[in-house]
Amino acid sequence: MTTEPFLAPVTTPAERREWILRLLTGTQRVDRIRRLRESIILSLLFLSALISVATTIGIIYTLSIETFHFFQRVSLIDFLTDTQWTPLFTEKHFGIWPLLTATLLVSAIAMLVALPLGLLAAIGLSEYASPRLASIVKPILEILAGVPTVVYGYFALLFVTPLLKRFIPQLEVFNALSAGLVMGIMILPLVASLSEDAMRAVPQSLREGAYALGATKLEVVWRVVVPSSLSGIVAAFILAISRAIGETMIVAIAMGQVPRLTLNPLVAMETMTAYIVQVSLGDTPHGSLEYQTIFAVGTTLFLITMVLNLLSYRFLQRFREVYE
Amino acid sequence: MTAHEVLPIDREFTPRLALRKRLGTLFGILSALAIIIGLTTLGLLIADVVRDGWHVLSWDFLTSYPSRRPEQAGIRSALVGTFYILILVAIIAFPLGVAAAIYLEEFAPRNRLTAIIEVNISNLAAVPSIVYGLLGVGVFVRTFMLGRSLIAGALTLSLLVLPIIIIASREALRAVPPSIREAGLALGASHWQTVRHFVLPAALPGILTGTILALARAIGETAPLITIGALTYVAFTPKSLFDPFTVLPIQIFNWISRPQAAFHERAAGGIIVLLAVLLLFNGLAIFLRARLQRRIRF
Repeated sequence: MTTEPFLAPVTTPAERREWILRLLTGTQRVDRIRRLRESIILSLLFLSALISVATTIGIIYTLSIETFHFFQRVSLIDFLTDTQWTPLFTEKHFGIWPLLTATLLVSAIAMLVALPLGLLAAIGLSEYASPRLASIVKPILEILAGVPTVVYGYFALLFVTPLLKRFIPQLEVFNALSAGLVMGIMILPLVASLSEDAMRAVPQSLREGAYALGATKLEVVWRVVVPSSLSGIVAAFILAISRAIGETMIVAIAMGQVPRLTLNPLVAMETMTAYIVQVSLGDTPHGSLEYQTIFAVGTTLFLITMVLNLLSYRFLQRFREVYE
Repeated sequence: MTAHEVLPIDREFTPRLALRKRLGTLFGILSALAIIIGLTTLGLLIADVVRDGWHVLSWDFLTSYPSRRPEQAGIRSALVGTFYILILVAIIAFPLGVAAAIYLEEFAPRNRLTAIIEVNISNLAAVPSIVYGLLGVGVFVRTFMLGRSLIAGALTLSLLVLPIIIIASREALRAVPPSIREAGLALGASHWQTVRHFVLPAALPGILTGTILALARAIGETAPLITIGALTYVAFTPKSLFDPFTVLPIQIFNWISRPQAAFHERAAGGIIVLLAVLLLFNGLAIFLRARLQRRIRF
């Protein structure tokens, strides 16, 4: 900014001309400095945006280097076909299936809770509840999403499991069932919130059109609102699955650390994330095979969730294109 | 067209309006039930934790270091560690996140690179937190040789919350009406001056709210810090950025994984403190939003 007095005390035309000239060149200089400063600021802003790309590159680089070392010692065929995972034992097997099955099983249980309840809650909030009620209930429901996962782990292990044991006596202390149920409740607000956003984006005129044709509220919801917001709802569902697969603390606390290949939700199992936690808790030396296994498992986890995330993003973009 | 042709249709179509309406009501009850299940679980969870942990809460609990004897164990080192992590993450992630958001929302040209950055950020926001932990081990702990230190943990968590801050800040910037920008430009302000003096102040409540919620996420995270090897038994408070540290969620996890019930009570006590801190944060976010929003109206 120029600090020159705007009206200088000038008397003669020569003085006036000199003053104007000084003002103009001065402004030019100030302008040049400002432009320079702003281009520096702009490039700093750009660099900050690039940090996110650097993060992804960092993740892929870290994961792939150690995974590469891992697959120099263990064959990819074994990794994908062996049915045992025992890298911490003397007789080592490196089949990802026990970990992957446990992950998918607990995610499936969580989805059985989170998807129907989340969708119902979204419909309730967006179509049935008055805006006033929704504005009170929604933030409370979202507290569920803000509770740290370690707290859910505590709840699953020390409240839900003992409670379920009263009805299912053969339930083990660590099991997939209570971990999955609690995880489902944790993910419910995510599904509800994203689905509700999608439903709110459906133009009111579509609902009114259906009502005018004689549809009841239920028919408007199921035949107009849900189909119109389907891509948003699908995006929410996919993101919820990705969340469940990557969830760590609930399963590390309440599901146990026994890598076994089973679909029985009443016994202890170990998910991919729980395995990473288990190894990280011990002091594994850098470069050892155990150290490399967590990166191989991490890579598997990263690839699965990334595919789901990108899929969800595609669906979300589609729903945005329609109504914005 | 005679009446005769229309009649059969009339006969076939029975509106059954009463049944359809009843079904609708039933469905409304179902959806209310879904919400009630969520809220009840939240209530049960809080009641359970408070019941288990209420009696361990005392000044000693807050100011004692962890101990092998449950009755003496406290959360001092964890509380201090959480506080340091919070400050560091705020210092690192807030400016970077807001800067990235400003670039993407106000300056970025519509090209391939911008599209890549956008997809990338939305993917990063959903990458499992434990993968950030692996990144932290590989890059900060090993490559940068920071060891299992406070700064390594803070950097890892900063990368974790960065996408959340960026997304929230972008939403806040997007909510500023274009007329504000046009007014700034029309007055002769440069693009940056417009953003700096007109758009940013208007978006600040939203940006701050998003940042506070992101910080709340950071202090609740456990998995990435376990992965980078934050010590679970730390009987001192870190004196420098390169000291080992522990945080509340890790101390809680440590106590949960012990077999003795007395440690589980300590864990519940720790959870009450953690939830209280988070509640404080959420309250602050709501307060800030309400207060700052009142001042700026379009």
